Amino acid sequence: MSAGIELTSKNFAAEVEQSPIPVLVDFWAEWCMPCRMIGPHIDDLAKTYAGRLKVGKVNVDNEAELAGRFNIISIPTLMVFKDGKVVRQQPGALPKQAIEKLFADQL
Amino acid sequence: MESYDLVIVGAGAAGLGAAQYGARANLKTLVIEEMAHGGQALLIDKLENYPGIPEPVDGYTWSETMRTQAVDFGAAVMSSSVASVRKDGERFVVETGDGPIAAKAVVIATGAKHRHLGAKGEEEFAGRGVSYCATCDGPFFRGKRMIVVGGGDSACDEAMFLSKLADKVVMVHRKDRFRAQKAVAARVLSNPKIEVRFETVLDEIKGTKAVEAAVLRNLRSGEVEEVPTSAVFVFVGSIPQVDALPPEVAKDDSGSIVTNDRMETSVPGLFAAGDVRATPFRQVVTAVSDGAIAAHCAAQYIDELEGKAYL
Ligand SMILES: Cc1cc2nc3c(=O)[nH]c(=O)nc-3n(C[C@H](O)[C@H](O)[C@H](O)COP(=O)(O)OP(=O)(O)OC[C@H]3O[C@@H](n4cnc5c(N)ncnc54)[C@H](O)[C@@H]3O)c2cc1C
Repeated sequence: MSAGIELTSKNFAAEVEQSPIPVLVDFWAEWCMPCRMIGPHIDDLAKTYAGRLKVGKVNVDNEAELAGRFNIISIPTLMVFKDGKVVRQQPGALPKQAIEKLFADQL
Repeated sequence: MESYDLVIVGAGAAGLGAAQYGARANLKTLVIEEMAHGGQALLIDKLENYPGIPEPVDGYTWSETMRTQAVDFGAAVMSSSVASVRKDGERFVVETGDGPIAAKAVVIATGAKHRHLGAKGEEEFAGRGVSYCATCDGPFFRGKRMIVVGGGDSACDEAMFLSKLADKVVMVHRKDRFRAQKAVAARVLSNPKIEVRFETVLDEIKGTKAVEAAVLRNLRSGEVEEVPTSAVFVFVGSIPQVDALPPEVAKDDSGSIVTNDRMETSVPGLFAAGDVRATPFRQVVTAVSDGAIAAHCAAQYIDELEGKAYL
């Protein structure tokens, strides 16, 4: 079971754009092996940074509108949101310590 | 500092093979992986050429089996990035993202990653139409035109996969024929949805928000053409991952680690196995057997170090 929040076009504004803490968003799909490779890292980070960082997941198959809104044409794509704005966008699978660097200066 | 007999860097086919043989040789063995155990093997849709497994198996299942076998024999696994490996007297210190670890011997099994083309616009449009993974990103360009660069096995395999999704695939290769195995190349050449352009290079990728066109140049005629496309898939070989190595380790021109047939590098006690090594054949079965040899010879090295060699 994933530790991240399942994001949808319905809850995106409340969970991400209005979040008082930074949010790491993972755009993924079942059929994408590199997405499955980083899945455990994302879950770990959600636990390690609980309370300081929110972690959400967008399944691009179910949430085509969200994927389209952010022009996602490569997965996995990781995005960091702060105060409702995108502060970082990174395509491709990364090791855990490299993912940490994406949001470390935003906490 | 935590200490092991054998530390293996990377848990792909080579690393997991080494872990299994190391643990079975009664070495206190640790394998450190930064992404996911299995490595490139995870990306294999159907592994059909691994001896002893006649029924094709997906790379994920195969990797799970390998990991289970290594752990059952007693190997420890750790999820972290190795930043450096250095020799400190007779032992090694392996710097990880979670602190240093001491080892009597080390196997480098860090594998290889896809090579970039080096074309203008490639970095700028990475993730915005430039891709190195057909199964990951192909579905986003359903019904559109795609360009594939490369001429080896993986370029041909991926072009075949993409041709099922694309309106049309334009395949660009700088040589006058494919390097891929004959059967694989023949499938591409007879596919009506793939247009092959030999002796052609991709000079530049253009677009505003995402990829819109690629500039192709014919090496024979010098003719330059801007071809509209939504995606550029790059499969032009791989580069060995040697960042964590001590700088004194000998490498060949392509940057691969040079070993002897015992998988020993130029640094005593440091072994290399799999795709990261200078080797004529890069496959799952060869990576696993490299790993087995490396662990076996590492055990002998440790025995000699401790004066327990079987003479
Ligand atoms: C799409 C595709 C299809 C293929 N199909 C086949 C096939 O059908 N049959 C076949 O036999 N072969 C196939 N191959 C080739 C085969 O997968 C490889 O030759 C083999 O898996 C290499 O194994 P390896 O352990 O040497 O390297 P890798 O699998 O690359 O493993 C290296 C591991 O080390 C880790 N690592 C790297 N640096 C560090 C670090 N600093 N710290 C910690 N960890 C690190 C990486 O994350 C990785 O998991 C295919 C390859 C690809 C890409």
